[in-house]
Amino acid sequence: MTDQIAIEARELTRTFASFTAVDRISLEVRAGEIFGFLGANGAGKTTAMRMFIGLLAPSSGTARVAGHDVYSGSEAIKRSIGYMSQRFSLYEDLTVRENIRLYGGVYGLPDKEIRARSEGMLARLGMEQSADTQVRAIPLGWRQKLSFSVALLHRPQIVFLDEPTGGVDPITRRQFWELIYQTAAEGTTVLVTTHYMDEAEYCDRISIMVAGRIGAMGTPAELKREFVTDSMDEVFVRLARPSQVEAP
Amino acid sequence: MTDAVVVEGLTKRFGSTTAVHEVSLVVRTGELFGCIGADGAGKTSLFRMLATLLLPDAGTARVLGLDVARDLWALRPRLGYMPGRFSLYPDLSVEENLRFFASVFGTSLEREYDQIAPIYVQLEPFRQRRAGALSGGMKQKLALCCALVHRPDILLLDEPTTGVDAVSRREFWELLARFKASGLTIIVSTPYMDEATRCDRIALMQQGRILALDTPDAITRAFARTLFAVRANDRYRTLLALREYPHTHTIYPFGEVLHYTDRRTGLPAGSVAEGVTAFLAGRGLTGVSAGTIPATIEDSFIAYLGGGAESWHASP
Amino acid sequence: MKALLGLLSKEIYHILRDRRTLAVVVLMPVVQVILFGFAIRTDVKDVRLAIVDPSPDHVTLEIRHRLEASEAFTTVAVLPTTAALDGFFRRGAAQMAVVFEPRFATRLDRGLPARVQVIADGTEPNTGSTRQNYVLAVLRDYDRELGTAAAGVRIVPSMRMRFDPTAESSHLFVPGLMAFVLTVISALMTAISLTREKETGTMEALLVSPLRPWQIIVGKVLPYLAIGFVSMVLVILEARLVFDVPLRGSLPLLLFEGMLFILVSLSLGMLISSRTSSQRVAMMGAMIGTMLPTMLLSGFIFPIESMPEILRWVSNVIPAKWFVTIARSIMLKGVGLDYLWPQTLVLCGMACVLLGLSTRSFHIRLE
Repeated sequence: MTDQIAIEARELTRTFASFTAVDRISLEVRAGEIFGFLGANGAGKTTAMRMFIGLLAPSSGTARVAGHDVYSGSEAIKRSIGYMSQRFSLYEDLTVRENIRLYGGVYGLPDKEIRARSEGMLARLGMEQSADTQVRAIPLGWRQKLSFSVALLHRPQIVFLDEPTGGVDPITRRQFWELIYQTAAEGTTVLVTTHYMDEAEYCDRISIMVAGRIGAMGTPAELKREFVTDSMDEVFVRLARPSQVEAP
Repeated sequence: MTDAVVVEGLTKRFGSTTAVHEVSLVVRTGELFGCIGADGAGKTSLFRMLATLLLPDAGTARVLGLDVARDLWALRPRLGYMPGRFSLYPDLSVEENLRFFASVFGTSLEREYDQIAPIYVQLEPFRQRRAGALSGGMKQKLALCCALVHRPDILLLDEPTTGVDAVSRREFWELLARFKASGLTIIVSTPYMDEATRCDRIALMQQGRILALDTPDAITRAFARTLFAVRANDRYRTLLALREYPHTHTIYPFGEVLHYTDRRTGLPAGSVAEGVTAFLAGRGLTGVSAGTIPATIEDSFIAYLGGGAESWHASP
Repeated sequence: MKALLGLLSKEIYHILRDRRTLAVVVLMPVVQVILFGFAIRTDVKDVRLAIVDPSPDHVTLEIRHRLEASEAFTTVAVLPTTAALDGFFRRGAAQMAVVFEPRFATRLDRGLPARVQVIADGTEPNTGSTRQNYVLAVLRDYDRELGTAAAGVRIVPSMRMRFDPTAESSHLFVPGLMAFVLTVISALMTAISLTREKETGTMEALLVSPLRPWQIIVGKVLPYLAIGFVSMVLVILEARLVFDVPLRGSLPLLLFEGMLFILVSLSLGMLISSRTSSQRVAMMGAMIGTMLPTMLLSGFIFPIESMPEILRWVSNVIPAKWFVTIARSIMLKGVGLDYLWPQTLVLCGMACVLLGLSTRSFHIRLE
């Protein structure tokens, strides 16, 4: 982890008509850090992430990602980052190799480079046998690991993971996090959103969003101390308690 | 007291995939039974068979003494079922949804009000709101209401808390406890290991099979080895290092720490811990400490799945 | 450029690997060309001809013989007077009539013009005038032959369009159009409604209840029947006010028949959607099952008589075919149930069969 700032936001805000999805959030993510972006569904995590990856323009405030401004440099941002979403990652009717080649091509990697990196990736994942299988026939856990690797194909500085471990068994979940550790150890910054509070503890630092604002930010240990509890779940409950009367 | 559910050798196949593989279990009347497992474990297919929505390919299942394949019309009015995804009408209001489901079962909201009151009081302020505009936690509470409004004899809830925030999950389980206290048999499926401890008995499921079936306590007590929590400043390097430690049986990340079990049996915990910390210190890792901890359901699940050290290399 | 090529090959993979869509996209034009090609026939064949010959003589017999010999006509009756002719037209038993003036040959011998009235059923699209021209051709031929024998003698044809004195094409077209739009919308409504429940997951909760399939089906059909009624009233108003289509028959009867037809279409939509869980497939099925057959085989645009025999048989299975006849008969001919009971019975039967089949094939479980 260096002292370089990979992601920086100041008073970042996004409104939709009368609804404020993201309400003046400010944060800093250091290069090589694993940053957990937590919060309940609907708290504003996905909207915030979309602003960071250049898919959505902010309504106000500033942010810089990989050294580029989110307003003016969204194309440059897209080239410097990788993105993996649980909802969509790979084309199901294409084979593993075809998917890799497609994304390699989209990011402008030369053919030789794509071939070399894809062989390396398949070997590391142990998926050489399945290289020519259609993705729809690959089990969920493997698909997600593959998806993650493809997001890293073009060696981005920062990788954004949107709810990457939904629905998988505990072992696959841990294998995935080990991939994240490995990636961070190699210097890539990782921003993960998740609603599994126990995964928060795998991160170096986390922020918890509540109703569009950042309710708490720090290392898991700091937050547990602050809220006087030993479980991240409990931290979240205590944080959300003021809004317990359901704001639907 | 007859058993609420008796399942023997139940199997379900979809094409070449076996979703449920010869599952057998018994759920006692008044029990709160949990099926714990990830996606693809077969929980939803199992629940759908119990709810008479799917025909088993082999084996039998009797719910409330009735056969799920043959006696479906006798069984359906007595079941309360909450499917895995939101299955209410998003364009109808909270109240309209409830009235509809009450009418379909030949009763009315007024008549059953006291039955669902514990939940409905939380929903009442929003009873005119369209169901589609509710938050995740509220939707699940409404779905629970609709499943209970006709006073079923058994409740089948398929992943009722998936995707719901921690506060609402907690509230949901508190509601379940209340209904269980009134004698209702409840079968719940969930991927969240921490919810397992709230059940009377649980079945750990993976890929259509039951790995273990017992009370949560019995399952954790059955954890074969002594479990250690290893702390260190650099978790990743510590993890890699311990993979090369000759005495490691299993090592995997677990929140802020790593969980470790040793190959050797009969060794006092103290010496194991010392050996580990010494080894890690020798590798230049700092902030290292190791101590025993009780096993959780998740640790037991991982043990049943095969540990975590070798499965890394398994192919899809 | 690389990225573009990558995208192109990805799209090609998608297309090639989705066999079902590929089959539809490739085969559909082939099927349509065949259907359209055979359905669109403007030549005249097997037209049902009634002859009124009050005083048959060698001339009228010769003309009758020539008409019968032609492929275009089939004589269905030879009548002494025009009295029964109206009934023939109303029933649809005759599509054309040729009425000879009495003492035909005698008049010609005396050098007087002999008149022949050629009457066509104006409710048949496109062909009323074509058919008349066929008859005219036969008459003119004979007339020429006669002419070489005796100068100045003429067979004078007069044309009449039965039921459609002004020959407004919209009068023919609009009732057919009514059938077309009503059937497409009705089938679509129920097809979408049922599969939407399956897709959104509400069907799953509905199934685990005491509700029986017939209750679910009736619960869906009845409201759409009511909506269909409103649509139909509006469409009839449009036909009357905007296109001046006459309503010579009974309005309540038309409404009743319309409701029956809508019921048949709703049931068809039900049947289609009981076999699939996808809204998209149900929509396509409903449209293909109603639009194409109705447009081509109901007699709405292209006359059924001109089609090859097999298509004529197939057209009997298309509900719209029966309703087009009914609507035209009621609106343009002013006939009542006494003539239309066979067609009405057919529609009733179709409704029963389709509803019955929907209930039988309704999935009481999820698979």
